[in-house]
Amino acid sequence: MNNIAALPLLQLSSIGKQFGGLSALSDVSLHIRRGEIYGLIGPNGAGKTTLFNVITGLYQANAGEFQFNGHSYKACKPHVLAQAGIARTFQNIRLFANLTALENVMIGRHLRTRAGVFGALLHNLATRNEERAIAKRAGELLHYVGIEKPGQTLAKHLSYGEQRRLEIARALATDPLLLALDEPAAGMNATETESLKALLQMIRASGITVLLIEHDVKLIMGLCDRVAVLDYGKKIAEGIPEEVRLNPGVIAAYLGGGDE
Amino acid sequence: MKLPVQRAKIVFWLALAALLLLPFVTDALLGRGWVRIADFAMLYIMLALGLNIVVGLAGLLDLGYIAFFAVGAYCYALTGSPHLALAFPSLFPGGVHLPFWIVLPLAALVAGGFGVLLGAPTLRLRGDYLAIVTLGFGEIIRIFLNNLNAPLNLTNGPQGISRIDPIRVADVSLNASQEIFGITLPSVHLYFYLFLAFTALVIFISRRLEKSRIGRAWMAIREDEVAASAMGINTRNLKLLAFAMGAMFGGVSGTLFAGFQGFVSPESFSLMESIMVLCMVVLGGMGNIAGVILGGVLLALLPEVLRHGIVPLQQALFGKTVVDPESLRMLLFGGALIVMMLYRPAGLLPSRVRRRELDTDEAA
Repeated sequence: MNNIAALPLLQLSSIGKQFGGLSALSDVSLHIRRGEIYGLIGPNGAGKTTLFNVITGLYQANAGEFQFNGHSYKACKPHVLAQAGIARTFQNIRLFANLTALENVMIGRHLRTRAGVFGALLHNLATRNEERAIAKRAGELLHYVGIEKPGQTLAKHLSYGEQRRLEIARALATDPLLLALDEPAAGMNATETESLKALLQMIRASGITVLLIEHDVKLIMGLCDRVAVLDYGKKIAEGIPEEVRLNPGVIAAYLGGGDE
Repeated sequence: MKLPVQRAKIVFWLALAALLLLPFVTDALLGRGWVRIADFAMLYIMLALGLNIVVGLAGLLDLGYIAFFAVGAYCYALTGSPHLALAFPSLFPGGVHLPFWIVLPLAALVAGGFGVLLGAPTLRLRGDYLAIVTLGFGEIIRIFLNNLNAPLNLTNGPQGISRIDPIRVADVSLNASQEIFGITLPSVHLYFYLFLAFTALVIFISRRLEKSRIGRAWMAIREDEVAASAMGINTRNLKLLAFAMGAMFGGVSGTLFAGFQGFVSPESFSLMESIMVLCMVVLGGMGNIAGVILGGVLLALLPEVLRHGIVPLQQALFGKTVVDPESLRMLLFGGALIVMMLYRPAGLLPSRVRRRELDTDEAA
């Protein structure tokens, strides 16, 4: 056990991903330590979301392997990785739009609960208790992320900022070890970003490791312990934010050129 | 309003009493033929509720659902009629004649197996593509039933299988009138009560499933399959489960149909029937059990109302039958669907989510 705890939570080794002839990721290696907030930045089209999708099982990598929590994963389905403890949100919000906010979070409890068809039909004591626990936990999580509207509100009727928070609540409901957020601050105003930052710090303080893709440099700099920069599918820098910000390669990638 | 629970109880008992009296009232007012129509309406309700699991909850558009009805019907037709004894005298000298209550669970399992059989190759398909494959599956089953009379006469082909044993409850055949407490119950009444019990069971199962962890997972798949799987839902297993559960409902309904009718033939299981059941689900309100029941009742009654109403009406107006009620049925039916889609796109009784949605819109 001690051994596993000493390892990085997530270790990527030479991950490569091709779409036809296009190489979206090549030879990306990085590791995420337990309990840190790890930022992933890069210009548009740099392969951030692709890397994200590889980690969460939506895409299968063509090369390399990754280890999570001491186990090696290759060609795994998303639900297997969710079971292992990786939960995610989506860049373009993907809630269950026609279900209520509460139901959205309750669905996140699916993989930590057990009731099957017979439980549903018999509705026995174990099932009833489990249902009650699911609803209770879901309600708590809604409160935790700061959604004060009634849980019966349809997900699609929440405001944009609330929808982003609901996605986080739903991901937290899966009891993750690693919470992977794909541009959670996209489209948020300064106040909303500030409270998102506070929420992420609170989540980290509760012991969950956070992986963050973000464009908002201020948020990254103020929040992340370490940052990796992707450009054209390659990792061009990694380190603490201040260091990375001054890295000439990073500046070149963002501003173009490189010699000027 | 003070005691909603008590009120709901009263409504329930009144509804139950009305349903129990329904065959007698119908018989007295409209004639025995209408009791038979009510029996069929309940078979359709069971079918519609089964399809509602697949389409309404899990969001998998199935255009060949009637195939499972056919599977259930032929299960009982083969095991409860002299057909096999006639076709293979050396194998089954005395016929098979399994009792209905043994065939029923077996038929449900076989139909569920066919559900998985349809589900497995279509797991990666969505929307239109899934619809096309399921449509093909429904036709394959029907065509097989139609042609499996040679080289081995398994299904007796287009002639169908007749002389299927009637359903027996506690050693009482439902095919003859029975006298209970001095009241004479004709056969159609007996079947009515049997089907009512099964419909109640199917409604109960539907409700329990809908409000369960499994039901929520199905709805998650319907809403966004990628997000569902990222939240740890094993979409493959749950889709197969939805197909299997829906198919089992269809199989049970089919078995009851075969016992009730005493005769099955492939023409009962045409594509039109699949469409009809789907329309019941859509017309009533996809995903809402009460809506689906209403849709089932309306669409099962519509052709009969037309048959019994339009012909005499035309006779009275024009002195002859100008339009055949059968063609009128499709015309009215298509018209009704178009009007529906324009004015009540969520169905006659929209599901609770859609209703809530409307409420919130008004409040906003």
